[in-house]
Amino acid sequence: MLFTDYSFILFVAVVLLLYYIVPRKMQWPLLLVASYYFYYCDDWRYLIFITVTSVATWSCALIMDKIGGKGDAYLKAHKADMSKEERKAYKAQVKHKKNMVLLLSLLITIGILAVTKYTNFVINNINNFLKAGNGIRAMDIIVPTAISFYTFQAASYLIDVSRGTIKAEKNFFKMALFVSFFPQLVQGPISRFGDLSQTLYSEHKFELNGFGRGLIRIFWGYFKKLVIADRIMIAIKPMITMTDKYYGTYVFIAMLFYALELYCDFTGGIDITIGISECMGIKLKENFILPYFSKNVKEYWNRWHITMGTWFTDYIFYPLSVSPKMLKLSKWSRAHLGEKIGKRVTVYLSCFLVWLATGVWHGAAWNFVVWGLANYVVIMVSQELEPLYAKFHNKFHLKNTKGYAVFEICRTIFIMSCIRLFDCYRNVPLTFKMIASMFTKANLKVYTDGSLMQLGLTSADYTVLFIGFLIVLGVGIYKAQTKKDIRTELMKNVPLFCFVCVILIVSIVVLGAYGVGFDSTQFIYNQF
Amino acid sequence: MEELLEILKELHADVDYDTCETLVDDRIIDSFDIISIVAEVDDRLDVAIPAEEIIPENFNSAKALWALIERLEND
Repeated sequence: MLFTDYSFILFVAVVLLLYYIVPRKMQWPLLLVASYYFYYCDDWRYLIFITVTSVATWSCALIMDKIGGKGDAYLKAHKADMSKEERKAYKAQVKHKKNMVLLLSLLITIGILAVTKYTNFVINNINNFLKAGNGIRAMDIIVPTAISFYTFQAASYLIDVSRGTIKAEKNFFKMALFVSFFPQLVQGPISRFGDLSQTLYSEHKFELNGFGRGLIRIFWGYFKKLVIADRIMIAIKPMITMTDKYYGTYVFIAMLFYALELYCDFTGGIDITIGISECMGIKLKENFILPYFSKNVKEYWNRWHITMGTWFTDYIFYPLSVSPKMLKLSKWSRAHLGEKIGKRVTVYLSCFLVWLATGVWHGAAWNFVVWGLANYVVIMVSQELEPLYAKFHNKFHLKNTKGYAVFEICRTIFIMSCIRLFDCYRNVPLTFKMIASMFTKANLKVYTDGSLMQLGLTSADYTVLFIGFLIVLGVGIYKAQTKKDIRTELMKNVPLFCFVCVILIVSIVVLGAYGVGFDSTQFIYNQF
Repeated sequence: MEELLEILKELHADVDYDTCETLVDDRIIDSFDIISIVAEVDDRLDVAIPAEEIIPENFNSAKALWALIERLEND
């Protein structure tokens, strides 16, 4: 069931109605039933995978909690008769036990993800490496929708329990809801148990204000998805598939179109997710903070798909960087390579591994691996160029000018959009070839000779896209400049709020890219 | 505390660590800086800061970071 299906809208309406009709203590069980039904509608077999992940997560977390609790009780009882060293040794022993259970649980949960998503990728690469045409046969494996999202959510819970930052949830059904909560199941945000549990399991009474805020966010999400993203996709498809015909300037156009498409698709989906949750009084973390207003790539990644970024930082980058082996390497490299270079070795190595993992997480294809590493290279180069930038700014005093800020924003959009082309083309060599053609085979006539009209969009479509783009840009500029929440401002003026809702609904119904001649597509991030 | 301030000053000399309490929240220090701090603290003060302690509350100010180091030392 896609967010853009009529059945989904009906489903959400029924769930919202029941949510406020049933006794409040039945609200979260209702959400669990709804979430499993939602996933069942995609493919009943997916339920097996998510249930196994939930059971493993729930039971292993309880075991870790028990080990930790016993350890704490023992330390408390023997506080007086244990030396500092003995306490330290005992704590290390408890930690080791917990780590063993954590390892087992991650082997199960991430193992399922790895087997379902990456087996055929590995087989293909082995065959390519051995040049064996009839080598190992690809396997017919089901890849559950959005398995990467719920697996990461479960893994974060397990790691947090093992660290003792949260207590394990005793009720299996509550845990199952945390893993499967339907609005965020297919494309995040990747929530942490500590943030979500309180709001997810609480009893919520109907509040018009919160419901209205949620509703308008849902409309805004559908506007971005159906009016902009799905419409512009029609023009992108031929440009990225018929590469013999569409190269040079077309690559530049495809790049900019895809930047807008992905933004509206992904943020639109997140708006719908957060909006539905808000209608139920459930608060989710924001996943985007105006990413296209970032002045450098590092800042961009602090504002784009935030919950994924913080996941990789908290659970891979930091543990890896401060592990005893890395600290040892840091000492060694500083002693042998000098303070300046030696300091960078471990950070750059950890960062490399994190971006490799981020690329692999996005998909089982070399395109994504190269995409991840391209991000890594850009971030590292920017880091190295910082002293040069500082010198430049000392000399020219441009840093705080509006013009330079616009330049920085455009530069970041260009770099990120360019890297994102790895997401578009069939394979890595073709992507490099197409990027090169953008600089070597530019044909500016494309803009004026009517070629853009051959991409499947009419001038009316381009007008809708342009107006849609201006609205999205305007909302972004308003947010960035006033630092105000536009919905809060709208709620202060009820007639204006209703007017905006009506305009959004009419735009979606009249201008939305669905129905005859349109193929309302799956959200891009659903496939992860 | 003096040694910690020295470590922090080496990273960003222009920051007033006596008053600033939003080092992470205001992105004055980023994840790369945090890793450098952890490595330096391990090296110079012989205190290992585990990954689970790398949270904004512990790194938002020099005072909070010093409190963490003292807690880990006495743990």
